[in-house]
Amino acid sequence: MIGVGKIKQYSNVLDKPLSKGKQEVSLSAFAFLFSELVQYNQTQVDNIAELERRLEDAGYAVGARVLELLCHRDKGNRRETRLLGILSFVHSTVWKVLFGKVADSLEKGTEHEDEYMISEKELLVNRFISIPKDMGTFNCGAFVAGIVRGVLDNAGFPAVVTAHFVPMEGQQRPRTTILIKFSEEVLQREARLG
Amino acid sequence: MAPVAPRSGDAVFANVERVNAELFTLTYGAIVRQLLTDLEEVEEVNKQLDQMGYNIGVRLIDEFLAKSGVSRCIEFKETAEVIAKVGFKMFLGVTAYVTNWDADGTSCSLVLEDNPLVDFVELPDTCQGLYYCNILSGVIRGALEMVSMKTEVTWVRDMLRGDDAYELRVKLLKQIPEEYPYKDDE
Repeated sequence: MIGVGKIKQYSNVLDKPLSKGKQEVSLSAFAFLFSELVQYNQTQVDNIAELERRLEDAGYAVGARVLELLCHRDKGNRRETRLLGILSFVHSTVWKVLFGKVADSLEKGTEHEDEYMISEKELLVNRFISIPKDMGTFNCGAFVAGIVRGVLDNAGFPAVVTAHFVPMEGQQRPRTTILIKFSEEVLQREARLG
Repeated sequence: MAPVAPRSGDAVFANVERVNAELFTLTYGAIVRQLLTDLEEVEEVNKQLDQMGYNIGVRLIDEFLAKSGVSRCIEFKETAEVIAKVGFKMFLGVTAYVTNWDADGTSCSLVLEDNPLVDFVELPDTCQGLYYCNILSGVIRGALEMVSMKTEVTWVRDMLRGDDAYELRVKLLKQIPEEYPYKDDE
């Protein structure tokens, strides 16, 4: 439809109605874009750790905005204040909006009180990526780890978030585990709240 | 009218895997912000976005041809329609329309009303020279180069700059003759 005159002028992004978020683009469009993000960042670094850090930074910016967006749209401007609440928010709501499904699993670390893991058999950003041998443990999941950190940090749950490959028996491809290690203050506050 | 393409953009889009547009939009935003921090000059960011788009276009054309069933376009007018109706739909889920042809049919405008790249975006005063969606022009240029068309793609209107639509001017510079012998069977 060629709708002349139906276009409205908005001077301020806040005047725009918030979309319902049902719009979609093709997976390849995202994959192409993401691959450019990785390739560009490769030109800016000299080692794997730095590359992961830059991808995480990019993800962090996405996470911060996703939190804000979802709190407005889905939760009537309320956000979670409890540890389990925010974790299940990430595992269910955020995952569902971004990746179209709930994450495969959310577990508590057995060795440390402050560690939680979100695992995904086939993480979207790792789908079209194969890691060359000389890049060792590099994981594009760093971008998603960044998203998770962005959500948690901006909700008042600072944490260190990292992405790892975990080989699975009988499966050709390893799954990706996002390891969340909350900072001390978060656990103390949680204990106080009882 | 659009030429009768083997498959409409809608049909292709309905059959490809899709992701939430917000993930795409926000990821693109993160890229632009990284570039602004790294390169500092708005002009440099425009260039880098165009380069990234070009890289994508070069790869994207393969998927486009494989999934759309579109074959060689007879003239540039057909090419423009295919980009607007099939290409944009297939990848971004939106359609553009083609307008403002020049007399000899070598340059036209693609006008977009919906643009999934710009949700949640507002250009701050410090970025006024930025062509936020410059990646799109790179994609078109790169993709067309792979099918032997050298083009120049520029932004004419941009809603982020206060215009009433997104308008890309596509100008056909020359058709590159295919080189003989073809090296297909090496």
